[in-house]
Amino acid sequence: MRMKSLVAALLSAGAVTFAYADITVGVLVSATGPAASLGIPEKNTFALMPTTIAGEKVKYIVLDDASDTTTAVKNTRKLLTEDKVDVIIGSTITPNSLAMVDIAAEAETPMISMAASARIVDPVDAKRRWVFKTPQNDVQMSTAITEHMSNNGVKTVAFIGFSDAYGEGWWQEFSKIAEVRKMKVVANERFNRADTSVTGQILKIMSTNPDAILIAGSGTPAALPQKTLKEKGYKGKIYQTHGVANNDFLRVCGKDCEGTLLPAGPVLVAAQLPDTNPVKKSALEYIAKYEKAHGPGSVSTFGAHAWDAGLLLANAVPAALKKGKPGSKEFRAGLRDALEATKNLYAAHGVYSMTTTDHLGLDQRSRVMVKIEGGKWVALK
Amino acid sequence: MDLQIALLLGQDGIVNGAIYALLALALVLVFAVTRVIFIPQGEFVAYGALTLAAFQAGKTPGTLWLLLGAGVLVAFIDTVVAVRAGSPGRLKRIVLWDLALPAVVAGLVFWLEPDKLPLVVQVALSLAIVVPLGPMIYRLAYQPLAEASVLVLLIVSVAVHLALVGLGLLFFGAEGSRTTPFSEAQFNIGTLTVNGQTLWVLGASIVLIVALYVFFGRTLYGKALRATAINRVGARLMGISTTMAGKLSFTLAAGIGALSGILIAPITTVYYDTGFLIGLKGFVAAIIAGLVSYPLAAAGAILVGLLESFSSFWASAFKEVIVFTLIIPVLVWRSLTSHHVEEEE
Repeated sequence: MRMKSLVAALLSAGAVTFAYADITVGVLVSATGPAASLGIPEKNTFALMPTTIAGEKVKYIVLDDASDTTTAVKNTRKLLTEDKVDVIIGSTITPNSLAMVDIAAEAETPMISMAASARIVDPVDAKRRWVFKTPQNDVQMSTAITEHMSNNGVKTVAFIGFSDAYGEGWWQEFSKIAEVRKMKVVANERFNRADTSVTGQILKIMSTNPDAILIAGSGTPAALPQKTLKEKGYKGKIYQTHGVANNDFLRVCGKDCEGTLLPAGPVLVAAQLPDTNPVKKSALEYIAKYEKAHGPGSVSTFGAHAWDAGLLLANAVPAALKKGKPGSKEFRAGLRDALEATKNLYAAHGVYSMTTTDHLGLDQRSRVMVKIEGGKWVALK
Repeated sequence: MDLQIALLLGQDGIVNGAIYALLALALVLVFAVTRVIFIPQGEFVAYGALTLAAFQAGKTPGTLWLLLGAGVLVAFIDTVVAVRAGSPGRLKRIVLWDLALPAVVAGLVFWLEPDKLPLVVQVALSLAIVVPLGPMIYRLAYQPLAEASVLVLLIVSVAVHLALVGLGLLFFGAEGSRTTPFSEAQFNIGTLTVNGQTLWVLGASIVLIVALYVFFGRTLYGKALRATAINRVGARLMGISTTMAGKLSFTLAAGIGALSGILIAPITTVYYDTGFLIGLKGFVAAIIAGLVSYPLAAAGAILVGLLESFSSFWASAFKEVIVFTLIIPVLVWRSLTSHHVEEEE
């Protein structure tokens, strides 16, 4: 009997707190598993987000999906049915985000993904009406690379990428655009994140003698092919993708990464941008906040995707509040409409202007070419 | 493909194979003595490498806290057991091994500032932190279930593996590290360039294998382990403690794992979860040897290393598929040629 009343008391206490916590944001990040190096800075970023938006209290419920699609689906359902969230931010990686699209649309809840693939929001159909995302599409980044390559007289290029969705996605985009730019792709190799040696692949690539090599990997594992290339005496240009844009990569790769070229979001080199660049101010603000909490040099571009998702949300909430109370169907629909109506929002990774057919809303201002010089990221003019 | 490429690939394959060989030996050893399929073997590789990397980066490695914590836990459990059994004489041993040893290691780490010390001392400190974890894990996870079936022990292994990987992520973060090489020397043999570190890996592997051979063939403890492996009940009747044998085999496994990690850390980037895949390839080699034969396991490991190296040249996207598919014909051949005896019931 006593047990029963205790449970009842706890339940009613839960109900009471629920009624007071106004806007509920469900967050799903890959803070463990293979994507942990992306998910951890994102998770840290949510701790820095505003706790009130437009006078309403905001409650963030952060769950981990362990970089696993099944867990992502399970936790999304949990957020929707148990926590009755008004909006979902997540997940860190593409496969998880794609799996969550159906669930968010079914529950008529807006979702903001922090993963890269264009397929998450394109084309905007009945389901993807509810889905938005903050990171640049791979295609935007690969056009930046191919543009730089052809401007610098690269005729033959070799490709080595992760043997997973990341490497495969880059291969699809890159091989298409390289052909348009009249560059010949002479080799296409794969390696694993956990590989201890890529000697075989590198020897094969070097036997084709390419002008440039693109390494499509993310985080510190992408340093291994580069180190092997230098060790075997490769002299051409080496390109990396924006997946390596964190300071751990510089630490692990060391002097072997001198002269490497890569496209990245402007937040990576925010301090070097001209003052006229509208992104500079908001990017520096994020960096200052993050480094205050986690120490100098700790910021990464991945956390900034989460920050931008927060900015999109904060920008949309006032309009949505006019449609209905948080927790109601009307509020969620209003939030979706307001997100789609985002115009000229200056964020850490670029300027967001969404339309009914574009749920990313970034333009050319969302990427810069960066070179590694003296162990630092240097923006190219 | 010309001769030069074949030589380079061969060199790469043999170096990787040497590491797989060490892990395969450790796996065979642990299985033979305790019937545990030791999935967490790879974690010792990562712990060893990352502990050394943490020292070189001037940080205190999280494994130190794990050592202190595990020591206190083991001491607590053993004290309760000793008091209940009414043999307080054991307390001295418990205090010495589970409390004093970790405390001394911790004291050295804080007092010496390891980032300024020569590499040899850093390696010794890393081993001093990681190796005692082996017997402690045996005490905590396996010893209470020592008589359970192979399947139950395997399930425990999976659990221990997941726990250690999770702790690794907590201690070292998601990004990898490298350490400074033991030697920057380069040797030219004909057209082939050989790195000093490559020779270190090969040399250390050969020395370890010979040392294990001598240990099992010539020493009393080695013979006790062999006796336990051949017949547990018989060994017990002869006065050999199976608990001691288990702890000793786990100590050796942890030592071999940590040393492998320290050897490869300068050649490749090591992550908190790198060990699993390396351990798995060692496991393929151990399977080739039927989990019993040491020389076959070493040969199998070299085969795995070479196969991996050459398949990464010809079909890099299918490298892992090729390596792990190797296990199927081996299993078919083994099940056709050997008479299988049901262990349970």
